[in-house]
Amino acid sequence: MEILIALVIGVLTAGGVFLALRGQTFPVVLGLTLMSYAVNLFLFVMGRLAIGVPPVISAAAEGYTDPLPQALVLTAIVISFGMTAFVIVLALKARAELGNDHVDGHHHHEARHR
Amino acid sequence: MNGLAHLPILPVLLPLITGIVLLGLRGRSLAVQRGVSLVAALALIPLAIALLQAAADGTHLVYALGNWAAPYGIVLVVDRLAAWMLLTTALLAVFALLYAIRGSDTQGRHFHVLFQLQLFGLNGAFLTGDLFNLFVFFEILLLASYGLLLHGGGRLRVKAGLHFVVINLVGSTLFLFAVGTLYGVTGTLNMADLAVKLAATPPDNLALVQSAGLLLFAVFALKAALLPLYLWLPAAYAHTSVPVAALFAIMTKVGAYCILRVYTLMFGDDAGPVAHLLDPWLAPLALATLTLGMLGAVASTTLQQQAAYLVVASIGSLLLAFGLGSTDAIAAGLYYLPHSVFAAAALFLLADAISRARGEFADRFESGPEMPGARVLGGLFFVAAVAIVGLPPLSGFLGKFMLLKAALDSPLMPWVWSIVLLTGLMGMIALARSGSLLFYRTHTSHDPATLTAPTAAALAPVAGLLLLIAGLVVWAGPLSGYAQATAAQLLQPQQYIEAVLGTTP
Repeated sequence: MEILIALVIGVLTAGGVFLALRGQTFPVVLGLTLMSYAVNLFLFVMGRLAIGVPPVISAAAEGYTDPLPQALVLTAIVISFGMTAFVIVLALKARAELGNDHVDGHHHHEARHR
Repeated sequence: MNGLAHLPILPVLLPLITGIVLLGLRGRSLAVQRGVSLVAALALIPLAIALLQAAADGTHLVYALGNWAAPYGIVLVVDRLAAWMLLTTALLAVFALLYAIRGSDTQGRHFHVLFQLQLFGLNGAFLTGDLFNLFVFFEILLLASYGLLLHGGGRLRVKAGLHFVVINLVGSTLFLFAVGTLYGVTGTLNMADLAVKLAATPPDNLALVQSAGLLLFAVFALKAALLPLYLWLPAAYAHTSVPVAALFAIMTKVGAYCILRVYTLMFGDDAGPVAHLLDPWLAPLALATLTLGMLGAVASTTLQQQAAYLVVASIGSLLLAFGLGSTDAIAAGLYYLPHSVFAAAALFLLADAISRARGEFADRFESGPEMPGARVLGGLFFVAAVAIVGLPPLSGFLGKFMLLKAALDSPLMPWVWSIVLLTGLMGMIALARSGSLLFYRTHTSHDPATLTAPTAAALAPVAGLLLLIAGLVVWAGPLSGYAQATAAQLLQPQQYIEAVLGTTP
């Protein structure tokens, strides 16, 4: 289970970094999204992996999982959701203002020759 | 409960509530919005002064949000450093706003709402004593800054804004990774509690804690625009609207503040196995940043771009002082901080006034028409240039002098002295060239009637900022004494930890 989670976070991060380094805005936005997924998972498992135990106090519970990372992840998800919405709108605006979807505003053929 | 008990939360609540109120007032006349925004910004000054007085004797005002005791709840902590930063921010905000209400706030929508939310984020970041809460305030101030940066729109502004947003989103992700790692290892996010737990790091976890600490440093260095993470700054600051650029003069200092706070509190002398984590990195990188910022200032083609590179150079000087790490050096940095903020903001505002007076030539460094009102503009430019370069008699000189004196017993002394003095000379050459190009090498082929002289209202904020710099010189004694006391307090994090965690020695 630990290895699986670690692999998932690693692959998501690697894919996110790769996409964020692309030249066009759409892959960059996707890369940022993948990175935020990776970090949300990472934060979540920082409370350690526990299966079938509640985070809040109850009489029937045999053990507890750490509730704080879950709260942190909720905050982080909301923030990254808002930021992604913002960056998508900004990318659309840049597409309209710059006339193409390159992050530096180059034309496609020009960008490829670099 | 006395009246002082709720004082620490007010600098955070006031801009937030004002921002929300302004959102409700958006249908009203512009004069009402401007009035409310300005009154709220002005009210931050007495608040900051009250907090400064309360913290001046070395007490830590700890405010537990929702009355949840640390380390379980989030605390706001006012110490000398936080109060100092609050006062600097409040003073800067008033002058930036005074300049903005002359017209540039009408270029886009919701300027005043975003401005207040930016102040909300800034004040919160200076006050919070919780690492995750710091992340949240960072996001607030960043989101407001994205809106302000793009305020007014335009091709270059959108391009620079896109880079700024994307790089800061990557920074936020790294911040979360660092915070997550620290939580996973120590089980706490309260900075004082972290300081205690990190000092007792078992050898097994040492590598994890060190990588999290350095990852945090990378994030703060990105916000502070430290080499090699400064590349977003010149384009963003040079292409945004001028009052925003002036307000952003404090934004890079948030990064510097966080570096100072986290690495004196959590990775300072008492941190055992993780003590002095940054020592090999901070001072050399700061020296390189200083050099590169000045080179950029020499090579700039517009005054606003030059001001942006001078911000990079000033962050170099500031972090150099923090990187040297002695009481005297940190005190020099703290004295230099408000000076560099006010001087950079004055230069940004002046660049706008000059660019309006030159018509189509704007603030480009090329021979243009003679400006109407050139004497006043030139006089202000001269004072601002003297302040930024660090010539006597203004406070830049005192700050640099204190820094050089503090560097005397550092192993980096030859590097610090040669680079600080050499970049001072470069800055002087750069600004002398800009001044002579803008004011002396004029031609009269243009019809002077098409150019408009700057109004007194436009120049008043610039003059006000320069008066603040003069104030830093006049009261240099008490202010540097305060900076010295602040540095001494920072280097004894034990008091901070006791104040927050409530354990008596």
